[in-house]
Amino acid sequence: MTWETVIGLEIHSQLKTKSKIFSGASTAFGATANTQACAVDLGYPGVLPVLNQEAVKMALSFGLSVNATINKNSIFARKNYFYPDLPKGYQISQFEIPIVGNGVIDISLENGENKLVGITRAHLEEDAGKSIHDMYDEFTAIDLNRAGTPLLEIVSEPDMSSAKEAVAYAKKIHALVQYIDICDGNMQEGSFRCDANVSVRKHGDKLGTRAELKNINSFKFLEKAINLEVERQIDILEEGGSVVQETRLYDSIKNETRSMRSKEEANDYRYFPDPDLLPVAVSEELLLEIKKSLPELPTEKKLRFVEQLGLSSYDAEILTSQKEVADYFEAVINKGADAKLSANWVMGELSAALNKNQVEINDSPIPSNELFVLISRITDNTISGKIAKDVFKLMWEGNGSVDEIIEKQGLKQMTDSSALESIIDDIISNNLDQVKQYKDGNSKLLGFFVGQVMKATQGKANPKQVNQILNEKLS
Amino acid sequence: MMHNLTIAEQIKGLKNRDFSSLELTQHYLNRIDDSKLNAFISVTSEQAITQAKLADSILAKGNATSLTGIPYAHKDIFCTKGVKTSAGSKMLDSFISPYDATLSEKLNSQNMVMLGKTNMDEFAMGSSNENSYYGPVKNPWDTKKVPGGSSGGSAAAVASHISPFATGTDTGGSIRQPASLCGITGLKPTYGRISRYGMIAYASSLDQAGPMTRTAEDSAIILNAMAGFDTKDSTSANKLVPDYTKNLSKSLKGLKIGLPKEYFSEGLDKGVEKVVMKAINDYESMGAEIIEVSLPNSIHAIPAYYIVAPCECSSNLSRFDGVRYGYRCDDPKDLNDLYLRSRSEGFGDEVKRRIMIGAYALSAGYYDAYYLKAQKVRQLISEDFKKVFKEVDVVMGPVSPTAAFDLGSVKDPVSMYLADIYTLSVNLAGLPGMSIPAGFSDNLPVGLQLIGDHWSEELLLNTAHQFQLKTDWHHLSPVD
Amino acid sequence: MSLDNNKVKEIAFLARLSIEDSELEQSTKELNNILGLMDQLGEIDTGGAEPMAHPLEMSQRLRDDQVTEKDLSEEFQEIAPKTGSNHFLVPTVIE
Repeated sequence: MTWETVIGLEIHSQLKTKSKIFSGASTAFGATANTQACAVDLGYPGVLPVLNQEAVKMALSFGLSVNATINKNSIFARKNYFYPDLPKGYQISQFEIPIVGNGVIDISLENGENKLVGITRAHLEEDAGKSIHDMYDEFTAIDLNRAGTPLLEIVSEPDMSSAKEAVAYAKKIHALVQYIDICDGNMQEGSFRCDANVSVRKHGDKLGTRAELKNINSFKFLEKAINLEVERQIDILEEGGSVVQETRLYDSIKNETRSMRSKEEANDYRYFPDPDLLPVAVSEELLLEIKKSLPELPTEKKLRFVEQLGLSSYDAEILTSQKEVADYFEAVINKGADAKLSANWVMGELSAALNKNQVEINDSPIPSNELFVLISRITDNTISGKIAKDVFKLMWEGNGSVDEIIEKQGLKQMTDSSALESIIDDIISNNLDQVKQYKDGNSKLLGFFVGQVMKATQGKANPKQVNQILNEKLS
Repeated sequence: MMHNLTIAEQIKGLKNRDFSSLELTQHYLNRIDDSKLNAFISVTSEQAITQAKLADSILAKGNATSLTGIPYAHKDIFCTKGVKTSAGSKMLDSFISPYDATLSEKLNSQNMVMLGKTNMDEFAMGSSNENSYYGPVKNPWDTKKVPGGSSGGSAAAVASHISPFATGTDTGGSIRQPASLCGITGLKPTYGRISRYGMIAYASSLDQAGPMTRTAEDSAIILNAMAGFDTKDSTSANKLVPDYTKNLSKSLKGLKIGLPKEYFSEGLDKGVEKVVMKAINDYESMGAEIIEVSLPNSIHAIPAYYIVAPCECSSNLSRFDGVRYGYRCDDPKDLNDLYLRSRSEGFGDEVKRRIMIGAYALSAGYYDAYYLKAQKVRQLISEDFKKVFKEVDVVMGPVSPTAAFDLGSVKDPVSMYLADIYTLSVNLAGLPGMSIPAGFSDNLPVGLQLIGDHWSEELLLNTAHQFQLKTDWHHLSPVD
Repeated sequence: MSLDNNKVKEIAFLARLSIEDSELEQSTKELNNILGLMDQLGEIDTGGAEPMAHPLEMSQRLRDDQVTEKDLSEEFQEIAPKTGSNHFLVPTVIE
């Protein structure tokens, strides 16, 4: 019997507030150490937390986006443990009653099928600071700028059964939090962090013992770390051993996971309601207000692309899987470009060029309005699709705008039919053998004539028009 | 003598230029200097003199508030910018607070004069002031006796007239009990009435600051300055602050006073009971109606409190880890060594005991039996009061089962805890409570406890003031 | 419920307190006495009482999302026991 993998993810998503969740200190990334940690963040004697309303609204936006139950009175609790980057000796989090309860999200698998993944809960909490181990030989250095940054911890059900599914789910959440504008999604800076709970079992058995994988800062590593862990657990079990419940750190350089003993020592967190904070009441009015302000969500957008723009479900999925891509695509078509053609260009030439040069779509050297012009020049017969690809390449390299390039390089399509006719007449009279064969029934030779015409016109002839004239002349 | 004047009288004195704030301040500083009660942890003479001079100039210009230039003693649990704030602990012996508590700011904004920071049980945990890193405070009525705690330094300072008033905090009786044992007036307001921001937390859902004065009228004057909403404290109530001095003179005719039978049980010292009953009789003669009531769950206040408070404190005191401020052990060899030694060397025995009890009660497997159960009992205690306040306006009883006891005489923690029986319920329910001087037992002062419904400070102060118009206990003093 | 010396040591470590072996007996005894008091809770019939975490029936007030704090790191670093390059320093932590 084969092994079955069970994966659940805990995603920590830093919320895009200006100030911290419980203090008025800035959350901006990259400041000098400890310059953005105020008395509240440092856990000074006597200081008290006051909740940031934007963090609450963002959590609610997320909850509504995954059709989750919203708890009308959620409770902040203290998670008690000692660690130098946890200034108060406890983290303010939510335990028994999180702000967002059960929800669900639809993910698309590689085989084109969809799968529903359950969301157990999403709760608000404060981030810890950073421990820097490589600055001094004998000391660990503590920077508390990050302490108190709002986090939304999104906990999934153990519904994923492969690393690929886990990645698809993580990407979907990643896209969603950016769609609703609650997180910048920057994985390098740690704004979006995935921990994976992984276990294996034989089909039909009860859940196996899980290990929690931490320190994963890209989707690629998420997939690798899970696969490594699955292999490790299967090896242990097949040798008759048993898996230990523990936290394991993923090392992307060595491509291995290793046990984090330090986090295991005291895992009795002694949660209890934080007496410095009161129940967070969510009114119907507030929910309604947030519901109204929510942007179109990826699933809704995808449906619209299929139903109103006539795109295939596959194309619509790709275009909506990242907010920036969808925004770019919509900017192109909103100016009036043909939807299908635009979709092909965004998913084809543009994405290939972005990938090849490792550029994000927001930094594309070809802005959406230029791609719109380029597509318009195809549809208004100024240039052919083939020439358009050359123009695209020139634009990417910074040789000017669409129209400048067409003008400078003389790439405008020939639309004068009498000139075209005379070129075609020349070609026919120079290739009488082929004309005969064609007339005898070798219809494949039409392509030969088209090629000759294109060669003679340096590709500037309108292929449709060429076909039409050739058909007339050769019949 | 200036030190025998009440705050109300001192305000008039300053206004009429009978004396300056500097003279008043200097007078108190001299008295503090001569005092042998160990009531202060820090005396901030220089700063006080500067503040007094500033107050005098403001008084001269005529744009002073009523409290400008009035000296006071601040419990060393309130953060004071640039001044050592120790909470009575070795842990914070070197801690110069970089910020002001909201209450400190409020008093500063009236240009009052801080004489110094008063001694207290470490982190407000104690009922005798013997748990201070800075040594015990002595009761001004008998220096072999305890002043009560945790605000023992504040109570002793006010009783011995080395400060016109003092701030206090009350988590389980820490204003009322020392007020009773030192023969002064102490008010613990409704939870949420005074900001907790910058008040070093012992048990966050119980802690509340309040005034410690000689008279109820003075308490009303000071509460006006202390009370109010604070955006920095989520548990502070956004509720209008009335002028607490306004209704002091209302007649008590028809006032319904409830006497909980559980407050007059076997543990109560006969001498104390006699004083309390005499005071109740005085109220009856003033036209109040005395009604026996029952607070059946109040007997459970001790176990409930000694779960809730240690649980909260075990978490609140985790921040003292030797990393960012406060005491740090010498040469820690690793992280755990840093934690273990800094905390074990920095905290005193009672604090460690309560941290341990709290950590245990919250730990896996015990939470429901202890913490959750205590929260349910807390609900029952609170409901008892709700019922009683449908029948009566004020509940009265003893503050402490005995008068002040000998320093060093109570060694067993449990016996010490049991003495808190009459004060704890008020904190668990978040109610306002007062202790007012009601007489003497064996030459030691005895306080009468007044408990009101939420936000009934006006009524309590009125009730206390009317008593003080008819009696002299609050004017009796251990000093000349 | 009664604690033995080992449990007391365990709780002490959870709270990051150390107890000298010479004090252990005494600590265990004292804590058990206090627990005796706490255990009275078990005998109370609390019926359907809702746990009361807080004396006020209020809900959490929400703050506007604004940066209001200035950089006071110099003062904060000044009073910290051990610092370097604007960081708080602790003995090396092994993860």
